[in-house]
Amino acid sequence: MGNLSRVGWVYIGAVVAAAAIVLAAGPYGALNWSQVGVLGLLLIACESAATLVSARGLAWSANTMASLAAVVLCGPVGAALVSCGTLFGLRRGPSPAQRLFNTGMYVLSAYLAGRAFVAAGGHVGPPGPSAFPGIIGPFAVAAVVHVAVNFMLLNAVFWLTREHGGVPGRVGLDVKLALTDLGYGAFGVLIAALWSVLGPFTPVLVLIPVFVARWAVAQFAAQQRAYEATVSALCQAVETKDFYTRGHSERVSRGAVMIATEIGMRPDRVGAIRYAGMLHDVGKMGVPTSVLQKRSSLTDDEYAAVQLHPMRGLDMVREIGFLDEALAGIMHHHERIDGRGYPMGLAGDEIPEFARVLAVADAFDAMTSDRSYRGARPVPEAVTELRKWAGKQFDPAFVHAFVAAIERDGWTAPQPVAAEEPEEPLRTIESL
Amino acid sequence: MTPLAGRWQQPRRGQPEPGARRPALDSGHWLLVAFAGLLLIWSVASAAVHGVHGVHAALAFGALIAFGELLRLNLPGDREAAPIATAGAMAYALLLRVGEDPARPGADQVIAVTALAMIVGALPHLAVGRPARLTAMSTRLLAAACVAATFRPLANAGLIGSRWWSALPVMLGLVVFAWLLESAVTALIRTDALRTRFGVAFGDEVRVQWPIAAATGASALLIPFAAEVMGLAAVAVFAAPLLVTQVALRRYAGIRATYLQTVRALAKVTEIGGYVETGHSARVSRLSVAIGRELGMAEAALLELEYAALMHDIGQLSLRDPVPGGATVLVARDEQRRIAEYGAEVIQQARVLDSVADIVRRQSDPCRPAAPAQPPPLPSRIIRAANAYDDLVGSSADPDRAAEAVARLRLDTACEYDPRVVDALGRLVSPA
Repeated sequence: MGNLSRVGWVYIGAVVAAAAIVLAAGPYGALNWSQVGVLGLLLIACESAATLVSARGLAWSANTMASLAAVVLCGPVGAALVSCGTLFGLRRGPSPAQRLFNTGMYVLSAYLAGRAFVAAGGHVGPPGPSAFPGIIGPFAVAAVVHVAVNFMLLNAVFWLTREHGGVPGRVGLDVKLALTDLGYGAFGVLIAALWSVLGPFTPVLVLIPVFVARWAVAQFAAQQRAYEATVSALCQAVETKDFYTRGHSERVSRGAVMIATEIGMRPDRVGAIRYAGMLHDVGKMGVPTSVLQKRSSLTDDEYAAVQLHPMRGLDMVREIGFLDEALAGIMHHHERIDGRGYPMGLAGDEIPEFARVLAVADAFDAMTSDRSYRGARPVPEAVTELRKWAGKQFDPAFVHAFVAAIERDGWTAPQPVAAEEPEEPLRTIESL
Repeated sequence: MTPLAGRWQQPRRGQPEPGARRPALDSGHWLLVAFAGLLLIWSVASAAVHGVHGVHAALAFGALIAFGELLRLNLPGDREAAPIATAGAMAYALLLRVGEDPARPGADQVIAVTALAMIVGALPHLAVGRPARLTAMSTRLLAAACVAATFRPLANAGLIGSRWWSALPVMLGLVVFAWLLESAVTALIRTDALRTRFGVAFGDEVRVQWPIAAATGASALLIPFAAEVMGLAAVAVFAAPLLVTQVALRRYAGIRATYLQTVRALAKVTEIGGYVETGHSARVSRLSVAIGRELGMAEAALLELEYAALMHDIGQLSLRDPVPGGATVLVARDEQRRIAEYGAEVIQQARVLDSVADIVRRQSDPCRPAAPAQPPPLPSRIIRAANAYDDLVGSSADPDRAAEAVARLRLDTACEYDPRVVDALGRLVSPA
């Protein structure tokens, strides 16, 4: 939320103001203040334990649990009051503006959820044995309203403050988070139900599974970051072999993601194509360096060695479990729509979708970066070239998507290779 | 991949090699499974004689247990867990009241319901060709049976108070005890299968399982109290949040597995590039892990050792021309060190594997270096010996050649190789 536009500020102001009005309106007459206090502490604990789930500062916390418990135990206004605990979360991340917005958002979600609970026929107060299972319907309504309001308010702020280009796959992440939230919401009715048996001791026991889930989510996120960093580091290591293709995998990966996002691919497939892009050329390891860096045209044998690289790449990454579709992409990324590519000579729709996407991104990056036998071409020229070969070498739909994405978001071409003969990039063994 | 001679070649339960045979159930497994079978037969017979108390509760908890068994998950290190089933079984064993009515199922009935539900939950897995893991199921049944056999007689005799502060400590103690028992049994089985030490295996088990055990245990304590208020709806309500925890755990376990597969796959770049012999990295990593286990290393350290061993030759990518046969043991020390240094740099780029990078960096240092230098860490010494051994023996299965290679390494234990490591290697490749 660093560089907020005026609209963004107005929006945040409106959310906070609406929350303040709700809180000011009351009524506070029938409120059990010790309940509100304990639930407020529970909410602060949840908020303090929030997990960062994306690089852009989107954090997930189990607040829903505490505010939905408050909806049942204290009603709409009490729930709104409990949600003010968001302001006091012991978390260093959020700026004051973020804190205010989050608090306003949770106050509004909780209040509306409370209203929905009452409207659906729910009875406010600690539920006794007779309240079940009748309470589950109204509670489910309240939970859905809470998560939906939260989801919309949050997405609106991301939409208003979105950066140019956006981060693909984020909406999918949000849907998963919303479902997670809903799952935790179920704890709310449990806290409310246990209140009459375990009293204020309830939150202590309930917090344990929550913290374990939080731990698992954090571990997952950490592993995923580690995974991406490791794959990228290993790909860079492979690229040291050919000075001219440094950064090629990263860029092809980026281009493939641009195309995939542009044509509205599912987030998990976008994730897979990103790895496919990074790994598409690992098979080049099997091609002698002298062939890769050759300035003149290749002999038939050398050309055969180059043509083998998609299959070799496939052999290497075949055992990576999640990559099924990516494997096809890696194997066929040198096929052509007119059937004159390699290794299988597939044509048209026979070529897997991933391979058609990768082919466009691969060729584009090859054109816009230096090679041993020619210099880089400017982006507009490469775009013209892509268009020219659409329908022969490339799938026209993906060329259009790519061109549209480049025209909107731009393309960072690699730095030109400085010297004609680069200073020795590879070390040699003289001592042998 | 040609199998090498020696005991360490036996397929490990940890990461079964493709096509490898699982070890047949040995005496420990048989004892456990037979005991569980007897428990099943006794409990079903006894429950049939005494009649079923509380059919609805039995069905509800049975359904939860079967559902949890259906959703069993694999944790890192090839461990099976069924958190929802375990929570359901323990909660049933700890049940005091359903709504207003006291619950009085006998221990035999609890065990019978648990065992039958587990079998029902395993059936769909069998139907799609995933074999049931009898050992893991038996261990889970044993833990639940232990809680039921202790708590049910006390509760049914009315010795457990109705207020939470009198009942909760007993329940908590039992749940913790059951968990420790389950860990101990699992550790015993793994000690057998993996040739590790009981203390180490038990420590690993406790470390890996405690977050899940905490979540499962807390749920098992909460459900009986919730059932006093909500009746059997508590069982349904509780399945949802536990499911969220389970989903997070599953994703975490999934990415851990993918990570290892990917590092294994990408470690083959050195083979495809012709820098090392085919299968070298895989063999060195398997041998290193076996040595590390023989020397009593814990699981977390073994994982780092495995990563380091897989990537120990990554540094060779910096060479323009491959070392003949990839045998770094034949290369001058300075070159070895430079290759190791470059490999460490590559791994360090991933930013999350710094300790692995450190292991790789020190892999070519002698075990007893000249005065000021510190000796390399144990994993580096293990990789050094395993790498040297594999360079000498390769994929050969000849026991004489193996003994010869160990003898040659042993000659160098004065300063080059760690004598303890070479001893362990000797025990592994040429069993007495």
